[in-house]
Amino acid sequence: MLSEYLPVVIQLLIAIGFAAFVLIVTHILGPKRYDPIKHDTYECGVDYYGNAQRKFAIKFYIISVLFVLFDVEVIFLYPWAINLVDLGWQGFWGMFVFLGILTFAILFAWKKGALEWE
Amino acid sequence: MHTELWSLIIEKTIFGVILLAAIMTGAAYVTLAERKVASWFQDRIGPNRAGPLGLLQPLADGIKFFLKEDMIPKNVHKAFYLLAPGIAAIPPLLIAASIPWGNQIELLGKAIKLQMIDLNVGILFIFAFASIGVYGVMLGGWASNNKYSLMGGLRSSSQMISYELAQGTAVVGVLLLAGTLSLDEIVKQQDSLTKWYVWRQPIGFFIFFVASLAELARVPFDLPEAENELVGGYHTEYSSMKFGLFQVSEYIHLIVTSALISTLYFGGWQIPFVDIASNSSFIYGVLGVISLLLKTVFFIFVFMWLRWTLPRFRYDQLMSLGWKFLLEAAFVWIVITAILVLAFPWYKTWF
Repeated sequence: MLSEYLPVVIQLLIAIGFAAFVLIVTHILGPKRYDPIKHDTYECGVDYYGNAQRKFAIKFYIISVLFVLFDVEVIFLYPWAINLVDLGWQGFWGMFVFLGILTFAILFAWKKGALEWE
Repeated sequence: MHTELWSLIIEKTIFGVILLAAIMTGAAYVTLAERKVASWFQDRIGPNRAGPLGLLQPLADGIKFFLKEDMIPKNVHKAFYLLAPGIAAIPPLLIAASIPWGNQIELLGKAIKLQMIDLNVGILFIFAFASIGVYGVMLGGWASNNKYSLMGGLRSSSQMISYELAQGTAVVGVLLLAGTLSLDEIVKQQDSLTKWYVWRQPIGFFIFFVASLAELARVPFDLPEAENELVGGYHTEYSSMKFGLFQVSEYIHLIVTSALISTLYFGGWQIPFVDIASNSSFIYGVLGVISLLLKTVFFIFVFMWLRWTLPRFRYDQLMSLGWKFLLEAAFVWIVITAILVLAFPWYKTWF
């Protein structure tokens, strides 16, 4: 157990160390010349108005909610997939019904217009 | 016990550092390869000034990235703005560590496995970390406080999560045949040319490949960086190595995804007609690594080839393809594979 998951921690530390090292080194090495125009938000040279962190289309929220729902269900397929031979036809029909419900859910979201982008 | 633990830590740390160096060098040269391939497709010469044939170009680019001004625009959300490139760079490195780059080699009388993170839930681990990559993009786009960046980040993250679903579902076909989530086991099962899973999973492979293209945000799915609409997408406000980290992580992700496709469907480090798994000598281990690298390079080339061949999708077409076609196709393919596995036992054992 430990010997399996210890490398994850080691690699995570190496990766974090690498990212931090790069960000710090580039901060030290580069020149720093402040310029009010250079340090301003770049929107194609057009004067920007207001704040960008504001309301955006609800479609993105809907897609992420659908993703969370379906991703959980896809992960539910993994243990079933690796044990299918032991589960036999009973396991197959169980998952067939489950996939049917999932497909029905997608069709429902589709019909409700959650997947439309016009 | 303690000496065992320490030797494990030392071995894995050395492995991790070597892997990091190798993968960074690889990513640097993939950027050069991308420019060279582009120049061949467009009948021009491409970078040829730095070193012979432009081979030192990545080094020059790297130095230049480090020496550029590390600029923090005044309107950004500083903490998240600085955190985002780091978060983007970490997941691909962890995924790289969990791919079996080779079987094993004997060094100093010790058999060293050429896979740093060998979990029995390897595929789950990879998909988990692939999802975390979305945070870097989303945070970068949001913290930049730039409308183009925000749009780029939003597009990018909803595209990535949509296609991750199709990718995760397509891989179930391989799991049905392999009966394991461990990548090492999956490679060991594909021990002859006919046993490569691509022959039994052609549609699963196709769905996985298309979804990978979209995950990587490469043409024809490169909407997050549609430069004629969004300036530079989520990294518009980034300069110096902060931008460099985004780019490097993108190319590491390209390498890692190509390696993953080779591992799942094309036998990983196996070589047709050569038995590597039961041969632990040094030369066989190295041959295995070369085999996987060749397959990986082939897929990287295919990704570049597509880039200069296909036009870009429109955003609604992209989302329709992911949700209305690929996901359903993957569900149908799972049912077909499950029926084949249960009704015809030879489908699982194959010949």
